[in-house]
Amino acid sequence: MALPAYATPVDRMVHYSVRTGAGLVFAFLMLPILVIIPLSFNALPYFTFNEEMLKLNPDAYSLRWYQDMFANEQWIHSIKNSFIIGIAATLLATLLGTLAALGLSRPHMPWRIPIMSLLISPMIVPIIITAAGMFFFYSSVGLSQTTTGIILAHTALGTPFVVITVTATLFGFDTTLMRASANLGATPVQTFFRVVVPMILPGVISGGLFAFVISFDEVVCVIFLAGFEQRTIPRQMWAGIREQISPTILAVATLLIVFSVCMMIVLELLRRRNERLRGIRPT
Amino acid sequence: MAVTAVDAAAPITTADGVPLKVSLARTERRKTVTAFLLVAPLLAFILVTFVFPIGDMLLRSVQNPVVANLLPRTIDALESWDPASGELPPEAVFAAAAEEFARRHDEKLIGKISGRINYDLSGAKSMIKKTARKFARGQADGVTAREAFVNIDKRWEKVRTWAIIKQAGRDPTPAYYANAVDRTYNEAGDVVAQPENRQIYVKLFVRTLWVSLAITVACLLLAYPVSYILSIVPTRISNLLIIMVLLPFWTSLLVRTTSWIVLLQSQGVINDLLVWTGAIDDEGRLSLVYNMTGTMIAMIQILLPFMILPLFSVMKTISPYHIRAAKSLGASPAKAFWTVYFPQTLPGIGAGSLLVFILSVGYYITPALVGGRTGQLISNMIAYHMQKSLNWGLAAALGAILLGGILALYWLYNRLVGIDKMKLG
Repeated sequence: MALPAYATPVDRMVHYSVRTGAGLVFAFLMLPILVIIPLSFNALPYFTFNEEMLKLNPDAYSLRWYQDMFANEQWIHSIKNSFIIGIAATLLATLLGTLAALGLSRPHMPWRIPIMSLLISPMIVPIIITAAGMFFFYSSVGLSQTTTGIILAHTALGTPFVVITVTATLFGFDTTLMRASANLGATPVQTFFRVVVPMILPGVISGGLFAFVISFDEVVCVIFLAGFEQRTIPRQMWAGIREQISPTILAVATLLIVFSVCMMIVLELLRRRNERLRGIRPT
Repeated sequence: MAVTAVDAAAPITTADGVPLKVSLARTERRKTVTAFLLVAPLLAFILVTFVFPIGDMLLRSVQNPVVANLLPRTIDALESWDPASGELPPEAVFAAAAEEFARRHDEKLIGKISGRINYDLSGAKSMIKKTARKFARGQADGVTAREAFVNIDKRWEKVRTWAIIKQAGRDPTPAYYANAVDRTYNEAGDVVAQPENRQIYVKLFVRTLWVSLAITVACLLLAYPVSYILSIVPTRISNLLIIMVLLPFWTSLLVRTTSWIVLLQSQGVINDLLVWTGAIDDEGRLSLVYNMTGTMIAMIQILLPFMILPLFSVMKTISPYHIRAAKSLGASPAKAFWTVYFPQTLPGIGAGSLLVFILSVGYYITPALVGGRTGQLISNMIAYHMQKSLNWGLAAALGAILLGGILALYWLYNRLVGIDKMKLG
């Protein structure tokens, strides 16, 4: 919004200082992400820019930390673990969460608010308390240091996000569509798969993506529940930061940033599709 | 064909002759059951894998089985002894303890007992192990059991030692909660303040609250102009700008924390930049990380999106005409902002602040990685007692206090904002 011609000097000052302030905050938000990417291509094992890098000398840049990462069996193993655990936890969380959201948004649902609060609580309870509780429980049922244990833990952490996004999609869902479908002779099952599912699919997928990201990024439960065999990417990074921070971590971090950019794009496309399907025009 | 006359006295029935009222009630009940059955699998899953484990863990804050189970006769004998009398316990206690120490030593369970008593009496671990070993090998000499104890270690002659053992034998016990608020039991069995140098938890709770408050205020001050700009620029531009908020939000926490270490460490980017510009000299490099400064900077950046997004969604709905109307009615820009614009953003401020505060009170990862020794919060202390000192009762008591506080804030959030209105992304 441009300044009107009649703006006073005070108006101008406020106008420009708010913009400068906001610009600085944007820089503060992006700084960690922007700095880590070029540093991951540093040819030298330091965590700062040297003169050659600033001169954009190609010899100052290299892919050695990426090669390092892909040559390291531990990293490969942890990447594999992260995907196995993430995908399994996502499928489970999406299934359970979507069913629950369908039930919660029915007008006949009893004790809606207390049940909703309970289902969302994994998002609220501090992660250290969750991890401590699970540590004792999973040890007593023999699931500690197993992949199954971590999958179950991450499922519990991911479901609130699925419940919230799917409930939001169902909010404003036009129930006459279901009646229309029944009226045209569809069975309830047909109605569900051919009318309800296509409508809520964007919500389900974005909920699933949330659940995946939660699992993919989670480290505290993994510290408490996993053995060496079940180490995930964040667990491996945690060990790296605690013991000896090596530039290989920066290469991993850069790949993770690329990964989250992809996630964001998919989510944005889904959001647009959802708005289009529900007839909300972009404002 | 005659239409059947509706008898006014007969109840209305459905086509198959069931009274409408009954039929309707049945349908309603079926719908309720269906809705509940859809929720039931997740509800059961969360109860079993989440609520129950946490409840079970929190119960450990009052459970105290080790000493009561492993030294039952000693604890029984101590029952009639009053530490406040200032006298040592009767000979029966020493005899029972001698016998039970020896037995637990042979069963290799003495370590559990000595570990438990060591929480309350430092140095007790080696003292008990040594005593038990000598009794088990028959190396304890003395006419009475009491003399044998005192010959092994003079500390057995102290009333305090026995008072602590008596306390440790109580099951259930309030002792862990007492410890969690820097209290302990004295020789007479009364609750008293811990010695000055061992008072750490109340300070840590207070520090956690202050740090969280500071982070919340900082986030609010930083988020306000950003959300304002996002709300007034055209959608085309705000869609681009909001990427700069969402990308950090979606980026892995570990990545951002790593990045802050790289930026802030003494040989890192920011210090290098300051040296290069001449703002500081090479010896005067600032220590920005592995202390509270590092924890705060990193946490503010990590939690900022949680403040910007709710503020933005509220500001978006405020009509720009309100400010213009106020100004045309003669309000100064400051007055127009304060009396017209600001009150309308209060719901966003409330939602964002509570969210950021709740998240930062329970924060663990960032303080653990960039906090060093001085930048730790209460969660880190819980982790320490879980993993290092293995004082699980104390970890559970600290966790229960933290969880109680968080649930109270959560309840407040629910009252003010409504959890069903919680939005993501």
